[in-house]
Amino acid sequence: MTELNLKLNKNTSGRYGEYGGQYIPETLMNELDRMTKAYEHYKNDPEFKTELHDLLVDYANRPSLLYYAERMTKDLGGAQIYLKREDLNHTGAHKINNVIGQALLAKHMGKTRLIAETGAGQHGVATATIAAYFGMECEIFMGKKDTDRQRLNVYRMELLGAKVHPVTSGSMVLKDAINAALQDWTKRVDDTFYLMGSATGPHPYPLMVRDFQSVISQESKVQLKEKTGKLPDMVVACVGGGSNAIGSFANYIDDPSVQLVGAEAAGKGVETELTAATVERGSDGIFHGMKSMFLQNKTGQINPVYSISAGLDYPGVGPEHAYLAKTGRAQYVGITDDEAVDAFEYIAKTEGIVAAIESCHAVAYVRKIAPKMRKDQIIVCTLSGRGDKDVASIAKYRGVDIDE
Amino acid sequence: MSKLTDAFKNQKAFIPFVAANDPDFEGTVNNVVALAKGGADIVELGIPFSDPIADGPVIQAADLRALKADPDLPMDTIFDMVKEIHQQTDVPLAFLTYLNIVFQYGYDAFTARCEELGIYGLVIPDMPLEERDELEPIAAKHHVDLIPLVTPISGDRIEKIAAAATGFIYVVSSLGVTGERSEFANGLADLVNRIRKVTDVPTAIGFGIHTPEQATEMAQIADGAIVGSACVNIVAEYGRQAPAKLTDYTKQMKAAVNAHPVR
Ligand SMILES: Cc1ncc(COP(=O)(O)O)c(C=O)c1O
Repeated sequence: MTELNLKLNKNTSGRYGEYGGQYIPETLMNELDRMTKAYEHYKNDPEFKTELHDLLVDYANRPSLLYYAERMTKDLGGAQIYLKREDLNHTGAHKINNVIGQALLAKHMGKTRLIAETGAGQHGVATATIAAYFGMECEIFMGKKDTDRQRLNVYRMELLGAKVHPVTSGSMVLKDAINAALQDWTKRVDDTFYLMGSATGPHPYPLMVRDFQSVISQESKVQLKEKTGKLPDMVVACVGGGSNAIGSFANYIDDPSVQLVGAEAAGKGVETELTAATVERGSDGIFHGMKSMFLQNKTGQINPVYSISAGLDYPGVGPEHAYLAKTGRAQYVGITDDEAVDAFEYIAKTEGIVAAIESCHAVAYVRKIAPKMRKDQIIVCTLSGRGDKDVASIAKYRGVDIDE
Repeated sequence: MSKLTDAFKNQKAFIPFVAANDPDFEGTVNNVVALAKGGADIVELGIPFSDPIADGPVIQAADLRALKADPDLPMDTIFDMVKEIHQQTDVPLAFLTYLNIVFQYGYDAFTARCEELGIYGLVIPDMPLEERDELEPIAAKHHVDLIPLVTPISGDRIEKIAAAATGFIYVVSSLGVTGERSEFANGLADLVNRIRKVTDVPTAIGFGIHTPEQATEMAQIADGAIVGSACVNIVAEYGRQAPAKLTDYTKQMKAAVNAHPVR
């Protein structure tokens, strides 16, 4: 594996067209500025880059496989399908790529305490993991509703030495966990690094997270070239805040022949109130430090959102996705709970892979589009995580009673 | 001169805060009028936001109550409250809100309404100096001051923020979020002095002040004191009976900011 190119993004202003920015309380501005400068410095630092590389290879198990899904390809009868297997990373998802990068930066900045928000618990587990590795203090903020329904992940974080704070304010889900983590940070910035879990929030987070996750497309581009000598025709990834998707797109954005598709969680349907399809249903706004697209009402209150997938259950999207959507460089499609659950079962039965319900939103789109494409065309679909965590809730969705 | 700056003339200013629509339309009007009656120099009216990241539990809860009473709570309803308030008192008003609310209404339309109805300033905790430019010229056209926040860890930013300020400067007493406190950051006096070297725009300290003793102490350092959570607590506790309590409390605090410290 070659070293990760952290300078893919030449625009380091924190603006993606009109989107992005730093809409955050004054208390945090100096700290964000320090973080921005530190990142700009360390991404050029050979020692930092080597450390990052070694951790990605030796700890996270990179590069991840680019796997030719022959059975799916045959069954769907159209484009050739390749799966980028982020589910095989240490901790079972793409989240580790980002936490390694940010934690390493935190260490170089002299921070001793990591805080993070988490929805389903995947980013919390990844953060707790890297905190254990670096011997750092770790506190995770998680909505009370999520700590109740994801008890296994709460225990897992505690096992890794983290303290988990159930957040009881607001609607007690992911967005409230972010509010609480930001609030905690305003109280204690000196020794604390807020490790943001997606390509969201104020600058420099969207930029950093994109850079750290761009390892996905840096690898897939080389791997596909080795296997086929070609570029893909389409790249598909699921979009919550948008970190695995922006990482999957990053190295193809300047290749106009590659179509980029983000699969959003439509929940019960894009047209219903029970949805998390931000790009399709949302509008421009300012929240959580960024100008981007959000699900909100006319006054500007942020809407409660819904998806079967806790990892996609966020009322916004990272600013670069808002920009890619606005300029038409990427397309965003809504996938319902039903379609995602069908895809969960489908990929398990055809390929023997139990993929995360988040990732299955991308798989569901591939099932729709592959048959309409030619056999010489190629789709690269990112499997952002493994699905062990979802088995119980899928069983419940299907009305099967299993003892956990 | 700015009406808000005017409120600091020849005296220390007391600036209480309540949230709009907590408990309802009429209650808001009565509460603000009661604060004015008690001698408030400026009243800060909070526009409820679903996710008030700079606010502590007390104001968060007020926002939630307000939005529970009316989940849509259109901005025009709040502007109507202001209209009603200004039929009963001419106390200068400022809004405290998050930028998305202003953005959705439209920067020009929002600040034009403010000008028309006598809202002289906006305190927007999620709009730091770097993001002011998209709103500042429009607000200035409508004579609406953007009240900046300065914190104990603003460091080199203090002078830059102060230099750009109009109306007054909101000095954050300590780190963290709004809410009652018993201790404040050291160095508040130094902070205010650094501001005064750059500008004549007055300063008011807020975040955590609730007792008259604290108000006296803070008004020795700055030009005024801002009190949020303590007023919101009165509204939460006394409901319809809150106005009389708010008037009493304001009288007491107003006297306190202009008192000499008993040391
Ligand atoms: C497996 C998996 N995929 C995707 C996501 C969504 O996040 P993002 O859009 O940032 O990739 C999550 C979030 O928790 C996740 O756990």
